[in-house]
Amino acid sequence: MTQTLPRTHEPSVGKPVDRVDGTAKTTGAARFAAEYPYPGLAHAALVHATVSRGRITAIDTTEAAAIPGVITVLTHHNAPALKPPRRFNPLDLSTMASGTSVSYLNTDEVHWDGQPVAVVVAETLTAAREAAALVEVSYTTFASTVDFKAEEPNAEPQKGNLLMSGSAKKGDAEAALAKAPVRIEARFTTPPHHHNAIEPHATTAMWDGDRLTVHDGTQSIDWLRSHLALRFDVPVEGVRVLAPFVGGGFGGKANIWPGTILTVMAARATGRPVRLLLTREDVYRTVGGRTPSTQRVALGARTDGTLTALVHTSVTRTGRVGGNPEQVTSQSKHLYDAENILVRQNVVELDLISNTAMRAPGDSIGTASIDELAYELGMDPIELRMRNEPERNPIDGRRFANRKLREAYRLGAERFGWADRTPEPGSMRDGRWLVGMGVATAFHPAWQFLANVTVRLSVDGSVLVRCGFQEMGMGGATAQAQIAADALGVPVESVRVEYGDSSLPLSPAAGGSMQTASVASSVLTACEKLRRKLARLGRPGDDPAAALARAGVPSLEVSVGSDTRIGRLTGQVRFLSKLIRDQRRWMKAASGAQFCEVRVDPDTGETRVSRWTAAFDVGRVINAKTAVSQLRGGIVMGIGMALSEETLVDPRTGRIMNPGLGEYHVPVHADVPPIDVAYLDEPDPTMPLGLIGVGEVGITGAAAAIANAIHHATGRRIRELPITLDKLL
Amino acid sequence: MRTFSYVSAPDVETALRAVAGEPNAKFLGGGTNLVDLMRENIERPDVVVDISRLPLTEVEELPGGGVRIGALVRNSALAAHPLIRTRYPVLSQAILCGASAQLRNMATVGGNLLQRTRCLYFYDGASACNKREPGSGCAAIGGFTRNHGVLGVSEHCIATHPSDLCVALAALDAEVEVESTRGTRRLPLSEFHRLPGSTPHVETALAPDELITAVELPAPVTERSRYRKVRDRASYAFALVSVAAALDVGDGTVTAVRLALGGVAPKPWRAVEAERVLLGAPATEEAFRTAAEAELAAATGQDGNTFKIELARRTIVATLRDLLSDGSAA
Amino acid sequence: MVEVRLRVNGTDEPLDIQPQVSLLDALREYLGLTGTKKGCDQGACGACTVLADGERINSCLALAVQYEGREITTIEGLDHPLQGAFVRHDGFQCGYCTSGQICSAVGMLAEHKDGMPSAVTKQASGGELSAAEIRERMSGNLCRCGAYNGIVGAIQEVAR
Repeated sequence: MTQTLPRTHEPSVGKPVDRVDGTAKTTGAARFAAEYPYPGLAHAALVHATVSRGRITAIDTTEAAAIPGVITVLTHHNAPALKPPRRFNPLDLSTMASGTSVSYLNTDEVHWDGQPVAVVVAETLTAAREAAALVEVSYTTFASTVDFKAEEPNAEPQKGNLLMSGSAKKGDAEAALAKAPVRIEARFTTPPHHHNAIEPHATTAMWDGDRLTVHDGTQSIDWLRSHLALRFDVPVEGVRVLAPFVGGGFGGKANIWPGTILTVMAARATGRPVRLLLTREDVYRTVGGRTPSTQRVALGARTDGTLTALVHTSVTRTGRVGGNPEQVTSQSKHLYDAENILVRQNVVELDLISNTAMRAPGDSIGTASIDELAYELGMDPIELRMRNEPERNPIDGRRFANRKLREAYRLGAERFGWADRTPEPGSMRDGRWLVGMGVATAFHPAWQFLANVTVRLSVDGSVLVRCGFQEMGMGGATAQAQIAADALGVPVESVRVEYGDSSLPLSPAAGGSMQTASVASSVLTACEKLRRKLARLGRPGDDPAAALARAGVPSLEVSVGSDTRIGRLTGQVRFLSKLIRDQRRWMKAASGAQFCEVRVDPDTGETRVSRWTAAFDVGRVINAKTAVSQLRGGIVMGIGMALSEETLVDPRTGRIMNPGLGEYHVPVHADVPPIDVAYLDEPDPTMPLGLIGVGEVGITGAAAAIANAIHHATGRRIRELPITLDKLL
Repeated sequence: MRTFSYVSAPDVETALRAVAGEPNAKFLGGGTNLVDLMRENIERPDVVVDISRLPLTEVEELPGGGVRIGALVRNSALAAHPLIRTRYPVLSQAILCGASAQLRNMATVGGNLLQRTRCLYFYDGASACNKREPGSGCAAIGGFTRNHGVLGVSEHCIATHPSDLCVALAALDAEVEVESTRGTRRLPLSEFHRLPGSTPHVETALAPDELITAVELPAPVTERSRYRKVRDRASYAFALVSVAAALDVGDGTVTAVRLALGGVAPKPWRAVEAERVLLGAPATEEAFRTAAEAELAAATGQDGNTFKIELARRTIVATLRDLLSDGSAA
Repeated sequence: MVEVRLRVNGTDEPLDIQPQVSLLDALREYLGLTGTKKGCDQGACGACTVLADGERINSCLALAVQYEGREITTIEGLDHPLQGAFVRHDGFQCGYCTSGQICSAVGMLAEHKDGMPSAVTKQASGGELSAAEIRERMSGNLCRCGAYNGIVGAIQEVAR
């Protein structure tokens, strides 16, 4: 509509543009939350409970306090009071922020093994840590429930909420299953996982009266700001959260966990700026991870492969002190056109730390059972999937906004060389290695939330985009710079993006693969506004800066959304109604086809992933470099999920026994083959610029593809993750 | 980490004097294990004697074809040494399978002998552990036992020795030279590490004031040797099972064999029984299997590690078979 | 307290610290060189990798006092083609493991040049730095974002 101003530069959307923060990250200049110097900075260290349920009877800090340099030891006897967290309110998403419902150091009750029971503040890190080891705590212990396997039979049906339904059904799946000529019944288990971002959670906090400045490695600047104002009972306007660099999150930094609260509390209590970089053990003990799951998948089909029944039920856990039920079975509502579907999620509450989100729900294995059915039918697993590929969302008949899974499979199969596979298990070898090829579907819903932005054009041609979004490696600033550059018709180098600061316009949290789309939508709107204003100032043929110069205006700024209390509330209401309307109209999702080749040592059962191809339908890709990196990153995490990752929670005590990177095995360089990622690059017509988030879809289906490949190599169906070598002996 | 007093020793004599009469002193070499254990408050020395500058960094050829390795030779230097790569390929390979390149650049041979277990319950101050706190019990039994032992364990402790290097040394008939203010003595590696019995906190035959100064290897029985490590990742993980093997065959018969196991026992496990069965036996996969079974006949597993008995059997057979078929070392 | 004179990136840095201060904490907390990262403090992630006399080490398991007289190089003291190559190949996402990956890769290239073998080196390979070699030699540096392909690509470009 603003055709008067030419777009004079080559579009940058879709190009492999280098990250705007690349130099900062390769020279050591990028500062993370524990790296801000303050005069008089003090250091904190946590002391953890060693029982899973009980009451503190005595806490002796004498020895700890005697260590030279110790400023104070905070316990429930002397800690400043905290306000309790609020109940969930859909009009204020920050009410979802708190990791647990516990008022840390404001109670003598212990709710999980690992709960912080004291904080040492000292002049040096060395003194804080030495003293923390000397705090003596005694407890009376109460009976606790910590054994997930033992408690499974007591699981209760999960309640749904606005964004997620606990169960769903179409027809009578159990009856159809009983009558089906071909049937598959399988039970899958997945273990607890931890995010293990390489940057441990970190906070630096400084009070000035009731004003608070916090550097925190967070995925949700805005939630954190509101939550800290609430807990410490100060005006939200005086709280500033800064997070320009976050060293990985994957869901683990979306909620607010004790370390952040206790650092702010320590700063409040001592009047000093305080820093806490969690130890790796602290992360395991005080930050939730992914719940374990048990899943039943039952499929009924006609002999031609048409699915007549799909049953997918699950049991997961939350903590008694919080957590969200994991959407383990959600994919099964969208993937296959079964005539009858039953999806149900049950949940059990345990005396463990709350579970939390971790890069897509833990459903990555259930889709493996399609492969089992394919073998039962003597069909190619891709053919079986395509036979059951739905035209409309299977569970409720909604239209798909975008669904190009057939094309993704076609593209992936060709690049991977699926046709060279001989279907018989154990039929392919390379020397002594057993070779297997597996395939599975990737799927993750697409969301979009409210984002406020400002865009300013200056007469020198530079553009400034401001939005308080989070950057933990997704390449958000680079993508938004590309989007603004194209929308304004300026070179991408002339666009600067400010982010990672709560004093900037409101952004949604980085989670659910929705940040880039949410911010992009507002950036586009703002740029359109700006172009309309420019068109009134300039003449046809002017580039944006020339239009400003002609009008004698040094700069022009437009904003989308309002950051006042009322503005945010109305924005949220408007947005929620749009979200609900959209959800009724369309099923929006990213999808894809994962292909992998594994080698299994017939003597030892060692499995190596040797080749990977993935083809995705993720709408339009903004940055060909960073989007592919995100998709690859998801696949790498999927390799870990399939083969090696497991948090060991001792069922006798509820204590995590491998709280470190030495014994929790994330994939290393040697575990990861070259990963070929392809995408269809066709815009989703219902999303801004046609883009769909890419943060999570990469991990979905990855573990199933590996499990299927291992079956192909060995003839063994392993349904318990991780598929460690002992299961293949 | 607890505060300690720090002494840097320029020579062996100073180092020995610094610990004499200090019951709670520790020698610090590369630090890769001790510093970690101190940070975890498992090791709490009063005095730390830094020996990293001692001149014990030579790898020397001995008359008779053996080799003398200074206790402070770094793992990476030893793995790359031409003498080791050609005569003792199993040793070079074992080192290169251990830890990461960064850690191998720091870690010393002497320190490797004193590496402590990776038992999850030993590392966790809140768990019972007879090794860490004699008499407190063993929480590993009945717990997570994936990295625990199936040979030589006791009802008081089922922890494994985590070293790769030591497994190769065990197969190579290494001797350890130790020095104190009382003098120098030598002992075979097989007598250096102790089985737990009822005293799992006593891990070695080393007195508190003794310093490892060198490891000596006799001439190899054969240069046809290799190390096979099986673990939960392709790299940078401790062994579930590892096998160090040397094999010489004449006329289809085993004429010399050395075999040691890692990841399965509280000490680097010299497979004496398997060697006895193999010597003079036909060099066939069947004989390898018989030998492996003989060695593992006494093995006992827990819920979480019984698989290691079968895995060890298979890994022994596979390693010997590979040695037989390619005939080469590296 | 002990007096320690560290030499970091060509500068002498006198420090008065407790003997248990690690080289990593000396760099980050006392010298303000925060480019070197703390990921686990246990020698299990490689984020703290620095060069000591050109050799890569984990600075978290090094006591600062032990490294007096050694030439320490951190990411801040590097000016190496790998840094640009990491950007071009997108060899990172969040950037937290990056300093360690780059320092490790610099040390690794030197080790390879000196003939250091690895667990995957075959006598017959002629010492070529294949992708498999790079992956094995770099396995001491974890990247949870999963940028491994880009890291290997960057190293291959510079090694050529």
